[in-house]
Amino acid sequence: MTIEAYTKPDGQPERSLRLEHLVKEYTPGKPVLRDISFEVRGHSSVAIIGPSGTGKSTLIRCVNKLIRPTSGKIYVSGEEITRLSGRELRHARRKIGMVFQEFNLVERLSVMENVLCGRLGYVSSLRAWWRKYPPGDINKAFALLESIGLEDFVQQRADSLSGGQRQRVGIARAIMQEPHVLLADEPTSSLDPKTSVEIMELLVHLSAEHRIPLIINIHDVELAKRFTSRVIGISQGVIVYDGPPAELSNEHLKVIYGGEDWLR
Amino acid sequence: MTAPGTYTWQRFSARERMARFVVFFGFAVALSVSLRTVEVIPEFLWDSPTQIMDLLKRMWPLDYAYYPGGIHQALMETLHIASLGTLLALVLAIPVGVMGANNIVRVPLLNWLAKLILVSSRSVNTLVWALLFVAVFGPGALAGTVCIGFRSVGFVGKLFAEALEEADPGPIEALTAAGAPWTSIFLKGFWPQVAPAFWGIALFRWDINVRESAVIGLVGAGGIGMVLDTALNLFHWDRVSVILLSIFAVVIIAELLVTNIRKRII
Repeated sequence: MTIEAYTKPDGQPERSLRLEHLVKEYTPGKPVLRDISFEVRGHSSVAIIGPSGTGKSTLIRCVNKLIRPTSGKIYVSGEEITRLSGRELRHARRKIGMVFQEFNLVERLSVMENVLCGRLGYVSSLRAWWRKYPPGDINKAFALLESIGLEDFVQQRADSLSGGQRQRVGIARAIMQEPHVLLADEPTSSLDPKTSVEIMELLVHLSAEHRIPLIINIHDVELAKRFTSRVIGISQGVIVYDGPPAELSNEHLKVIYGGEDWLR
Repeated sequence: MTAPGTYTWQRFSARERMARFVVFFGFAVALSVSLRTVEVIPEFLWDSPTQIMDLLKRMWPLDYAYYPGGIHQALMETLHIASLGTLLALVLAIPVGVMGANNIVRVPLLNWLAKLILVSSRSVNTLVWALLFVAVFGPGALAGTVCIGFRSVGFVGKLFAEALEEADPGPIEALTAAGAPWTSIFLKGFWPQVAPAFWGIALFRWDINVRESAVIGLVGAGGIGMVLDTALNLFHWDRVSVILLSIFAVVIIAELLVTNIRKRII
């Protein structure tokens, strides 16, 4: 079975994420994010760069309301999700896949169960408890694991895998949600340079193949420029650069990160 | 400024020395006061080796013949009380433990209520619980089982709640982000992380309960304690020694069993 077998047919509306004037204040009067607006659609991949502590993680977590934004609007494929709570919020979160720096797998569960965790928003708790996932989900999971080269690890426990393999499982789990947008929070920061490149390739490839807009928080500017089609630079809670990677100059980097000694 | 070569160093400052002296002095006073309150009668104290020898002589030889008819059934009852009581405790401890874990239930009032339940279960001694339930259910194994269950809830629930609170928040965040309902988050996020701890706690508590259920019969809550009580009251010392020996054997076997199973699950 191939991945194509379950990608949605043509003609469906384009998947997208749109942020409008997003603001987050942890303490009133001290915004971490001020007035962030951008839109990502189709299968484009966006890298978000910026110094540590500038609110990149907060931004990503505001999108699926793991952190509650102070004001502003978030649209996932046109649906406004800012006001949602309870069951509606859960259903909106199914449309937002997330990949984490520390993988966040359930260590004592098998690779297969971790991948199937991506379906927990769709499957009832009782079915999940008895491990009676719908056959369609199982097929999808097998196909996905094959396509990322982990078909031999299906029954292995997640804690027996290497960092790169774990991140692949994390990505597969997010794709299982059939998300309308894929968020990756420093997906390569815990990995060696070679594995980082492989993980970036995989993310961009899956995003294009399933036509899911991809947003990646990343420290490594070179990786960002190499793999993404658009770079957003954030400094002190404001977007200071938004454009193609080729046009990102040292002048821009100075504005984003401050100082210049580190640029040789 | 001190001149070079004239450094002085002391482990404690004058104030600390004073404080230490006060603490030691306090201990000495407490010890002498309590010795006076206990009122040790020297004659009885010096007499005790003779009494112990006398007791051992009465205990010997052991009345093994009493085991099949008088002890075996009570011993089995004790094991049943311990196992069923532990099972009851596990069933009660899971909801109370979940309610007490502040990373699952984010309502301080409910956390506090759970802690109150757990503390009251633990602060009452097993024998007191036994007396209470003997009054409610009458003497017998039912009172013993409920007593063991209620006493163990506090222990199992507290340790279970702590295990839950120590669970890695990463996977929980991931499942929340996937839109999982909280029952699924508990089953697939929390439970796999705390399961080894939970079964370890359950086994440990069963081990303790085997020992405790041997005692509660003394106040009428069933099991081998009741047989022991009768033998003591009738001065059947040769039977008392067989009873003590069988309790000892069962405790050792339980200990070995628990150690072995624990190794396998962790």
